[in-house]
Amino acid sequence: MIAAEGGDWALGAWEWVVRVTEWGTANWSYPGEPDRGIRPLVLEHMRLSYLSILIGLVIALPLGLACARWRPLYPPVLTGVNVLYSIPSIALFFLILPYTGFSDWTAIVPLSLYTLVILLPNVVDGLRQVPDHVRQAAVAMGFSPLRRLVAVETPVAVPVIIAGLRVASVATISMVSVASLVGLGGLGQLILSEGFRRQFDAPIVVGIVLVVLLAFVTDALLVLAQYLLTPWARGDGRRGRPRRGRTAATGTPTAAVPPAPEQRTAGER
Amino acid sequence: MDILNELVAWFSDPAQWTGPAGIPARLGEHVHYSLLGLLIATVVAVPIGLFTGHTGAGGFLTASLANFARALPTIGVLFLIVLAAGIGLVPVVAALVALAVPPILVNTHEGVRGVEPRLRDAALGMGMRGREVLFGLELPVATPLILIGMRTAAVQVVATATIAAYVGVGGLGRYIVDGQARQDLTMMLGGSVLVVALAVATTLLFAGLRRILVAPGLRAGAAAVR
Repeated sequence: MIAAEGGDWALGAWEWVVRVTEWGTANWSYPGEPDRGIRPLVLEHMRLSYLSILIGLVIALPLGLACARWRPLYPPVLTGVNVLYSIPSIALFFLILPYTGFSDWTAIVPLSLYTLVILLPNVVDGLRQVPDHVRQAAVAMGFSPLRRLVAVETPVAVPVIIAGLRVASVATISMVSVASLVGLGGLGQLILSEGFRRQFDAPIVVGIVLVVLLAFVTDALLVLAQYLLTPWARGDGRRGRPRRGRTAATGTPTAAVPPAPEQRTAGER
Repeated sequence: MDILNELVAWFSDPAQWTGPAGIPARLGEHVHYSLLGLLIATVVAVPIGLFTGHTGAGGFLTASLANFARALPTIGVLFLIVLAAGIGLVPVVAALVALAVPPILVNTHEGVRGVEPRLRDAALGMGMRGREVLFGLELPVATPLILIGMRTAAVQVVATATIAAYVGVGGLGRYIVDGQARQDLTMMLGGSVLVVALAVATTLLFAGLRRILVAPGLRAGAAAVR
């Protein structure tokens, strides 16, 4: 009896999965109508999130440099960024609506500001943890301060900066959906207008799955970028690379457990 | 400037401050949902995090859960739960709990894991055993990190409770939803300002809790590493 019920349940779940998948593939795109279907929404989602992350990074790099150089600047800037971050995205979207109208900027401005709370500390910590002997070696080799920054300190900071980018991009990609409430939001629109307003679960599930998938693919791309950008860190097979084993969030060595991104948010947010 | 004047007028209208659709009532509803969600999530997540942190079991699982939860779009989770369970307080709170558990769980786990081994050795050397080490050492040392996790969760819950108005319950989100429906920009902005105020108040509340709950000996060090 129980086995039969279990079988029914599994069958029902399977049918549901098939139904949702069929809806997703049937509505992926409409030939001749480029603005309809799921595909354009995925593209919009990518555009909004990638632009926000990119703008966030473009702001965080010089700001982080300044904060690493002039230390008294860092605490007030960090507090400001944290206060910004505590503003719920939905409220911020509505508050800047009168200034930006229904353009992409309504989503991009708040989202890129949010990325700063993760990116800025990582840039600063990444630059600060450049070992002194490395810096001194560069000075001894006659590097000017600018060349030292570009050719030595920034590359050494890359793993920490990318760790921040990974957390920021996953958070941003999931937050873009909220912008659907102001008429943007890529896959969020699938969830809100196709799914919730029509009381239909398939679009919601497809939307959630695609957002998570996009986040994980982006994360994998960043891992790949780190591999390509840090050829010196490859193939030495050492366990627990010393630089990333130390989390800037707690300042204490945290041995094995998860990779830097998890520890980052554990302490920072 | 016009918008600002209209906002001031909106807030100073006495009708705004009474009745079931007034600001105090809406604020009360919002705080009610948020607090309920956060409390349930804390009761669920902290014991599990203490257990996994203390025993070292499930570290990979909590990390993966946190990563996965961060990628989940909150409005999707909320709408899906409400669609499956119907409109009402229970589905909304369930969605809020689902969103609040991961940050609290992960921070509790990491907080307990991150206790310095020499402190644990000292506790063992003083004759403390399993449960005494957990409650006498690991929990107090992990408290700042647990509070940060709860703060993250609380801010997220306050924000998501706003979206709950879209599924037909009350709270400050009503001003945003109703303002949208009536094309009343001032009302939408007024609601947003209130949500921001509540979120900032929540952050301040946790700063205060930190002062009360974190042992004095840990406070200086904890402040330094923040």
